[in-house]
Amino acid sequence: MSGDGMSEVGPAQVWQAALAEGRLLLQRPVGGGKALFPPRDAAPGSGAALEWFAASGRAVLYSLTWVQQRPPAAAYAIALVELAEGPRLMARLDGLDGAGAHIGMALAARITPGADGPALTFIPAGEA
Amino acid sequence: MADRFPRGRVAIRGLATYGLGECPGHTPIEMAARAIRLALADAGLGVAAIDGLFVCLADDLFAGLSLAQYLGLHPRFTDNNRTGGASFFSHLATACLMLEAGYLDCAVIAYGSNQRSGGGKLSTPARPDSWDALAAPPYPLAYYALAAARHAHQYGTTRAQLAEVAVAARGWAMGNPEAFARTPLAIADCLAARMVATPLCVRDCCLVTDGAAALVLTRMAEARDGPALPVPVLGVAAATWYNSLSQAEDITTTAAAESGARAMAMAGVSPAQIDVLQLYDAFTINTILFLEDLGFCAKGEGGAFVEGGRIGPGGSLPVNTNGGGLSCCHPGMYGLFTMVEAARQIRGSAATPVPGARIALAHGNGGTLSAQATALFGHPDTV
Repeated sequence: MSGDGMSEVGPAQVWQAALAEGRLLLQRPVGGGKALFPPRDAAPGSGAALEWFAASGRAVLYSLTWVQQRPPAAAYAIALVELAEGPRLMARLDGLDGAGAHIGMALAARITPGADGPALTFIPAGEA
Repeated sequence: MADRFPRGRVAIRGLATYGLGECPGHTPIEMAARAIRLALADAGLGVAAIDGLFVCLADDLFAGLSLAQYLGLHPRFTDNNRTGGASFFSHLATACLMLEAGYLDCAVIAYGSNQRSGGGKLSTPARPDSWDALAAPPYPLAYYALAAARHAHQYGTTRAQLAEVAVAARGWAMGNPEAFARTPLAIADCLAARMVATPLCVRDCCLVTDGAAALVLTRMAEARDGPALPVPVLGVAAATWYNSLSQAEDITTTAAAESGARAMAMAGVSPAQIDVLQLYDAFTINTILFLEDLGFCAKGEGGAFVEGGRIGPGGSLPVNTNGGGLSCCHPGMYGLFTMVEAARQIRGSAATPVPGARIALAHGNGGTLSAQATALFGHPDTV
């Protein structure tokens, strides 16, 4: 922390830069409290100062839809995943088909390089 | 002292729809202006009477300014507040308070869209929030599908129960000459329909149509001078909990639980006293969520509640009596049409009037189950 706010990058850019290095970051109030995502400059509601920490990558499938495409393109999965630390985020699922996926199943985060920057997807836990 | 509302002090004096279904060869603002002229005629007023202009157009960030220019008005106030399809409810709240305070004398709320004949694709500039965009979800479809999937997981809601909502809407639409989709629809047709995003099939999704609507509002005392029965506004409340559904505490409970309770408190009514409901049904799951959140059944029981044709023609609770966004029209932002149909039910001029309707509820939805807003309208003898 430089003390000169103008020279810092914002929390969104900090998070993106970490993801590009293969790390999934979350924030929590300094000294403890509810973890949060997406990144903010202060805790929502309380305005408390925040610190970064690395997420475990463990998650549970909270909801799931298979988005149909015109054949022969296959349906793809859009999910809401609940991270072990609490926050929820929207992500693609990999390594699953319609029969193998169910709400409540354990997932693991996977960060892969992509043409448009790093991609965060989730796969069944145990296959990471 | 928050949530004070001038119950019954402001009324809908004129209303109109225009170009529902297909309206080729027109721009959105042309359609909105046509609806305004029809609503003014209905109100027995000229365009010069308007001093407050409330509008939301999908294709024009500065729609309030554009519409003033188009109509040749110098309004005292313009507002193009955008909360998605619920925008018009925020307009209504502002207009009622400004009219009651004497800041305005005559407010118009208007909308127009050529979404269908202008290309047949959703004409919304809205996008997923930047964090959800990392997953590139189809917007807004994926969000409603996720809510429906979670509702099915938590409460056992079935595809056949979702289909009940579509079939009820179609039943009402078949009695409404203005409705776009009027061919018979059965539960079995829905279950056999093309899947779009599980568990939602194409029959669970709203129409893509053109359409315009307008309301003319004045203080109740002046509205009584108009040619039609004035429809007083008993309460209106908008609630904001989040923009992206991803950030909901529980995606099976919407901010309608707040907006509905607040609007009903302003109106001094409970669900049992409401005769007819117009709920923003962008998808079949909406109707189930809103029946629960507005207090017409317990959370999780919406699927069972709509079974057996309960909300269709001949059922015990009339919902979406024009056919709704599923079967009447959905030009992109449907909210204003719920208010028009609610007012028509109070006047007794709806295509399928609910006998003796004295209190009507309209509920708006915007974004991805994000903006929620509820309005109560009454017969003049309820004031």
